Parts: sequence; structure tokens; C-alpha cells
Amino acid sequence: MQFESMYQEIILDHYRHPHHRGLREPYDAEVHHVNPLCGDEVTLRVSLKDAGSEPVVADVSYDSLGCSISQASASVLTDLLIGKPVSEAMEVHQKFVELMQSKGQGEPDEDVLEDAVAFAGVSKYPARIKCALLSWMAWKDATARALDGTATA
Amino acid sequence: MTVSAQQRAVGAAPALLDVEKIRADFPVLSRRVRGDRPLIYLDSGATSQKPWQVLDATRDFYTRRNSAAHRGAHLLGEEATDAYEQARARVATFIGAQPDEVVFTKNATEAINLVAYAMSNAATAGPEAERFRVGPGDEVLVTEAEHHANLVPWQQLCQRTGATLRWFNVLPDGRIDLDQADELLSERTKILAVTHQSNVTGVVPPLAELARMAHEAGAMVLADSAQAVPHQPVDVAALGVDFLAFSGHKMLAPYGIGALFGRRELLDAMPPFLTGGSMIEIVRMEGSTFLPPPQRFEPGVPPAAQAAGLAAACDYLTALGMENVAAHEESLTAHALEALGDIPGVRILGPDTTKDRGGAVSFDVEGVHPHDVGQVLDELGIAVRADHHCAWPLHRALGVPATTRATFYVYNTHAEVDALAEGVRYTKRFFGA
Repeated sequence: MQFESMYQEIILDHYRHPHHRGLREPYDAEVHHVNPLCGDEVTLRVSLKDAGSEPVVADVSYDSLGCSISQASASVLTDLLIGKPVSEAMEVHQKFVELMQSKGQGEPDEDVLEDAVAFAGVSKYPARIKCALLSWMAWKDATARALDGTATA
Repeated sequence: MTVSAQQRAVGAAPALLDVEKIRADFPVLSRRVRGDRPLIYLDSGATSQKPWQVLDATRDFYTRRNSAAHRGAHLLGEEATDAYEQARARVATFIGAQPDEVVFTKNATEAINLVAYAMSNAATAGPEAERFRVGPGDEVLVTEAEHHANLVPWQQLCQRTGATLRWFNVLPDGRIDLDQADELLSERTKILAVTHQSNVTGVVPPLAELARMAHEAGAMVLADSAQAVPHQPVDVAALGVDFLAFSGHKMLAPYGIGALFGRRELLDAMPPFLTGGSMIEIVRMEGSTFLPPPQRFEPGVPPAAQAAGLAAACDYLTALGMENVAAHEESLTAHALEALGDIPGVRILGPDTTKDRGGAVSFDVEGVHPHDVGQVLDELGIAVRADHHCAWPLHRALGVPATTRATFYVYNTHAEVDALAEGVRYTKRFFGA
């Protein structure tokens, strides 16, 4: 059936066994995001560390209540972004958002997005795009706040 | 036989609806969806489908008598005015009210806001509005089971005026905890706003009893009947409520039309909510006076085409007989409670029998988020709703963030209930739950 393109095995696997789940310390910023339409919510923390010229995503920890798509997306996010310089992580973020807005026409870059390419099918179901993006928007928000904190330190 | 006599016919067993014949009246039900499957529409609680008779009434208005009602020195103006006012009369009869007690609004949400804003506007209105004024020390009483439309406007009223919001809690089966009445109802209570039928649990509170208790305490009573008027016989006099709100689009009628019933004596004394043309008596630059109700509460050019659609919906439902509609839904609900209740890991919110319980069946599937349940059911052609159904506090009170909800109406069948249950079983297998 068509929806099986959305519910790929990779996604179901991340849903059943979410990576990096839980709220950890230390962290530089914490945000709480909600999808008011369905009640999905995520609390997400970002920890940055200085590594030479620019900050690096040291850790992303989270606690969330939500559907398989939102949970799997949070898990994939942590795999992709932890350890990356913030600027590179922001590029991955941008590519993921573009994929979600591609209405099923996107041709995702597997080198950049790795497991996240499995979410291509989600873009065919407009009601689920917000689910996939919930943790990504939370991460971007938390990172912006963490960077602001660093800037004023 | 008049509508009210038919509704109160003693000893007449409700006849079964001829659902196949009814379905033929609803063009959208012949749609194929998702891999050429028949549409199984179980989301009438969100909005109902429309029969040709309602679509024709709206179209007929636009094609033959469209004009601005209550103005225009011409024949079409007369016909439009007649259509609008006759629609009002038919809608009034449908709920056992007088025509001048029916205010047309956009929907139930606007109708409830109308009363809430009348109460805050009363602060600066004349002495006749005294009984609507609320301020510090006064209380507005609602319940935990309310749809946001019958909760948020009251929160806002309290914020605007300094009054205190209080609420009944729900019991584990979703029913309102009436034991709290003694503590919650007092001379400080100015208004009780309560659901007539829950859009989540189907619970039908004892409205007449609550109205009696509220009146004894000196409070007004408003019923959110958005899920009641479409699904059960409603007689405002028998209920004893002061206000009652409902939406056309949930009862086979178009969007953009609903109604507020208000007892004449109260509407007479209420200040308006939305103002502008049509509701004025005399207008000068320095100030204006307003018409008597219901016109006082109907600003702007009247939505006559939509009102014609709502009146046609009332006629359609009257022809079916609201007792029969309620009996049909009770039968489907009982079937759903049993079929879904039989599935391991499925928890249904609300009472597990159909006693004082209408046709909203909201359920949680252990290990599968409602979004995912809804997605799989959608793939099977089954349309349900999957979220908090605009009753977030109720979900919190019942211990779940969100549920999957099926709602039934005149065009649903027992085969569709079977398909729903089978779909839920399939969903569980798909997610390995």
C-alpha cells in the first residue's frame, strides 16, 4: 500500500528503538515545542562545545510524546547532528526541511541525510510533515538560544 | 404531526433508518479514496456530509432569489428576506423555540462568544444589563469535559472582568462529577456553561437537572449543543436552559451558519457582541441605538443562502425523525463499543454502554500513537480524527495525550463499524503492537 513508502523499516526501527533518548546534562539550552493540532510534544536540550574556530554539537538530548514519525525523526536527528560543527548541522537541517517540503518529488542526498532519506515518503502526506519537523524545529530553536548565550558570555 | 409532537410520541418505537436510501442523497459518499477504496466517513463529529436537498436549497437561493435580506426596494429583496426569516422559523421549530429567540451566528463557537462578550460588554451597557455583569468575586462555572469553544471564551471572560473560572471535574468514565455541585454552585455563580453531548466520550450530562440546580443558585445556563442538536431530539423548553449553541455544518448544513437560542427575556437585556449594519435602530455620528433581538445580534448582510441550507437540513432531519436518528446512532455506537472493546490493548474513553452516551467513540491503542492509527485507517479508506479533538483538558484528565475518534451519523452502517474494528486490528499487526 502507498503508505508503506512512509512507514519504511528504518523509520519503524528508530521508532521502536530511539537513539540518544532521554534528557541529559550538561546542556546550554532547553526548549519545549508542541504541535497544537495533535498534542505531540518534545522537550529538547542542546549542548555545544568549542572546537577550534566554531562550536560543535556535543549532545542533543530529548524527551517526547508523539507518533512514530515524530519519534523516529528525533532519533535520526540525534544520529545525524551530534558531533557536527553547528554550521554543517544547520546545512543538514536545511536539506531535511527541503525534503519535507518536496511533495514526494524530492531526490534526497543520501551522503548528507543518511537515514533521514527514509522520510522522503512523509512529504507525500501533508498532515505528517509537521510531525517529522517537530524535533528539527526544536533543535534549531535550542541551538539559536545556546549560541545567543555563548555570544553574550 | 408537528415536529415536537413527533419527537415526544409516547410508545412509538423508533423506526430503523433506510440507510441505503439516505446514502444515495450524499454525493461525496460515492468517492473512492487511497487505492480506489470506498470512502468510510467516520468523522461527522468534525463536520458532517451534505445531502443534495441541502446543497439544492443553497444553490436555489443563489440562482433564483439572491439579494440582501432586510434591505432593497425590490422583489428579490422581499424573497430573500422571506427565505431568511422562514429559515429562522424552521430552525426555531427544530429545537422547540420561538423564532425571535433564535439568533443566526457563524457557528456554535461564535454563539458562545456572543454570550461571553455580552457579559463583559454589560460592564458599560445600561442598567438593564446588570444581570449579565461579572467581576471580582463572581464565578463562571464550566467542566473539564468541554470542547475548547465552551472553555476558552469563558477563560477570556474571566480574564477581561476579574471573575473566577471554576469547573466540574470528570469521573474516570468521562461523566461529570455532580457530587461537586454543592461546592461549585453558589450565589457567586453567574453562569454555568456545559456540554450537552461530549465530542470525545459521547457523555450526555443530565442537562435539565443541572439547569434546575444552576437556576436555584441564581445562575444562567448555557448548553454547548454542537454535538446534540444534530444527533438527538432537542426541546429547549424541556431542558430549561437559558442559552443553547449549535453549528449548521455538524448537522448536514453548510459552513458559516449556526445559531444561538436565548430566552427572550435575556436577549432583550443583553448588549450586542458584533456591531455594524443591520443591527442598528438609529445611527448618528455621536452614537447609535440597537434593534430588539434577534436582529440586535446579527450584524452585516444576513447569510440567507446558508440559513436556507440550515433550514433544509432541519427539514431533512425532521423527515427522518430525530428519535430515529438517535436510535440509529445508538445501535452503531453499541456495535462499536463491543467490536473495539473486544480488541486487546484498545481502551475506549467514556462509558462502556450507550446509556446517556452518544455516538463519539474515542479510543487509545496501546503501543500505537493515534496519528499512526489514523494513517493506517486512512489507507484503508476509513476517515477518523486523531488528536485531542479540541478537548485537550479532557484528555489530560482521562490520562491520554490524544486519541483516535470515530463518530457516527445518519449515513453510516454496521458494515462500516466492522471495517473500523478490522482496520484497528490490522493497525496493531502492522506496528507489531
